[in-house]
Amino acid sequence: MADEGFNWLNPFASIDLGIASWADGIKQWAISNREMIQPIKRFFETVIVGIESALQATPPMAMLVVLVLIAWQAAGRRGAIVVGACLVILGLLAPEAWGLAMTTLAIVVASVILCVLIGLPLGVLAGKSDRFEGFIRPVLDTMQTIPAFVYLVPVVMMIGIGNVSGVIVTIIFALPPLVRLTSLGIRGVNPSVVEAARAFGASPGQILRKVELPLATPTILAGLNQTIMLSLSMVVIASMISVKGLGNEVLRAMGRLDAGKAIVGGLGIVMLAIVLDRITQGLGRSGRDRGHRHWWETGPVGLITAMFKKTT
Amino acid sequence: MADAREDVIRCEGIWKIFGDRSRQAMEAVRSKGLSKKDIREEFDCVVGVQDASFSVGRGEIFCIMGLSGSGKSTLIRHINRLIEPTSGTVFIEGQNVNAMNAETLRKLRAEKIGMVFQAMALMPHRTVRDNVAFSLEVRGVSETERAKVAAKAIDMVDLTGWDRKYPDELSGGMQQRVGLARALAADPTILLMDEPFSALDPLIRRQLQGTFMELSAELHKTTIFITHDLDEAIRIGDRIAIMKDGVLVQIGTPEEIVTQPADDYVADFVAGISKLDLVTAARIMQPFAAYVQAQGPQETGGWPVGKPEMNLNELVDLAVGTDHPILIAAEGQPVGVVTKRALLRGIQGRDEERAA
Ligand SMILES: Nc1ncnc2c1ncn2[C@@H]1O[C@H](COP(=O)(O)OP(=O)(O)OP(=O)(O)O)[C@@H](O)[C@H]1O
Ligand SMILES: [Mg+2]
Repeated sequence: MADEGFNWLNPFASIDLGIASWADGIKQWAISNREMIQPIKRFFETVIVGIESALQATPPMAMLVVLVLIAWQAAGRRGAIVVGACLVILGLLAPEAWGLAMTTLAIVVASVILCVLIGLPLGVLAGKSDRFEGFIRPVLDTMQTIPAFVYLVPVVMMIGIGNVSGVIVTIIFALPPLVRLTSLGIRGVNPSVVEAARAFGASPGQILRKVELPLATPTILAGLNQTIMLSLSMVVIASMISVKGLGNEVLRAMGRLDAGKAIVGGLGIVMLAIVLDRITQGLGRSGRDRGHRHWWETGPVGLITAMFKKTT
Repeated sequence: MADAREDVIRCEGIWKIFGDRSRQAMEAVRSKGLSKKDIREEFDCVVGVQDASFSVGRGEIFCIMGLSGSGKSTLIRHINRLIEPTSGTVFIEGQNVNAMNAETLRKLRAEKIGMVFQAMALMPHRTVRDNVAFSLEVRGVSETERAKVAAKAIDMVDLTGWDRKYPDELSGGMQQRVGLARALAADPTILLMDEPFSALDPLIRRQLQGTFMELSAELHKTTIFITHDLDEAIRIGDRIAIMKDGVLVQIGTPEEIVTQPADDYVADFVAGISKLDLVTAARIMQPFAAYVQAQGPQETGGWPVGKPEMNLNELVDLAVGTDHPILIAAEGQPVGVVTKRALLRGIQGRDEERAA
């Protein structure tokens, strides 16, 4: 190629900026500096292992009751019934399905917790500052559109295969909607209400805590719902870097063309998705939808408090 | 009265120019005296308020009125510094508001100034009580104290029993009463009211004006009250400022505004206003000496007698019982005469000589 010289009609073939090898250099650097990442890796590891062992230690029936109660509290009676039905189907899919689902749930929960810790502050910042929003928006676009396989490789190079890499990859994919919708929620707060808060002497911190965040909550929870769904949709890809759970079933079924296993894994993921979706969507209902009752005045907690009120 | 007055609010030369190049625009105004239109064309800036100076005495109700877009809301936001002026200074009880640090300013807003908004701006996620107690909450007042103060303020606006409701469960009139209670809760010295009643239907508006006037007579707050309704301004205000395109074109008592409009704009404004309560006998009477000179010596024994400070309404009441003119007497001495003709012209809003 080089001896043909520079061709104006096809300049790109003769220009090599060496981006690929440059990225490769970063990879080499990452491999030789692995020890630096160890503390972060260990932190992630403890979080994930903690969550997973807690979920696995709980007897399935107890877990089912807890999830149904949470769904009842968050989404009302109908939500509770749907969640209960989905969990029963999940358990009946195969004898090992419940355990696999809990492993997947642990990865999702760990990813979502970390997404909230990272995404909420970023979203608030983006909602407050046009400049930061302008900076973060293309970053989020990139995170959402870049194929997961591109960052799968460097992450594995740095951290190795396993749950930690799985969680990190999931965060990259699932974080954007939470940041976006938090920013949207903050920006959507009626400016005259914020001005009123200012006129009555509230400080910027008080305005954020007492006015902006509460009013943005439904939008933020919609973002959280999206983040959870995206994390769940990452489990199959994550299983390629040796993350266990339902995703791994699907992957192995693909390798062996085992339709039975594929259905168990696939349906299991769908059931889990419905359960998580019902619960988080219920959380996002506004005060007016709930008839302006506080959360402790409805659902199972409402029944208990009402009972206490009667006896005292 | 003017000498004994203590200024609670004083604005000196407030200018507000909106836009990215407001500073340069302000410089150009100072050095070259550019007009509003020039500023818009040359600097792409909007002039919101143009050189506004006024002061409000303790306990006074100062109405600012003008058409939509004349800069009323912009001006009132300078008083508690929700907006920074491009030029000029605001003093509250002698303190320069524009020189305050953030902490002092927040304290001033929470303790000294209550504000009612055109768009009500209640917090939809808080109950009536928590809305009303907001300024106390941000100051860190205890829960029990807040409940007590809020209950009192809610009682003042006749909303007792509604304190656990949310704003969207209330009618518009009730919501604006919550707004009023919120402004009154901290017992501030100053009330800033930005068209508080204009979003309401006339009946409710009347009723709330009544509530407000009772409260203000009782509580004696220094008030700036914005309205685009001259009837409302006359009913409520001790003094009225007329605003046009960001300029305060006239400041005066309701009677001064109605009877001596400063320019055609103000004259147009007041043209439709009933003068029955505002114009006094002293303004329309012919001096007694001049009357005697014109009509010859008069036997005034059967004439009805009025006082110079009587308004047209009261004069009409005197006039209907007799065919004679009305004799105006001060301290027992006849000072003037109001003929039927002068009275009718006065009701029309014209002076007799000019009309004749
Ligand atoms: N933040 C802003 N940026 C640019 N221009 C503004 C801003 N706020 C107000 N203005 C302009 O200032 C002028 C005065 O607006 P203002 O809201 O004070 O009017 P107003 O007298 O309160 O009217 P209304 O009776 O409709 O409430 C308007 O021309 C408006 O376009
Ligand atoms: Mg306005």
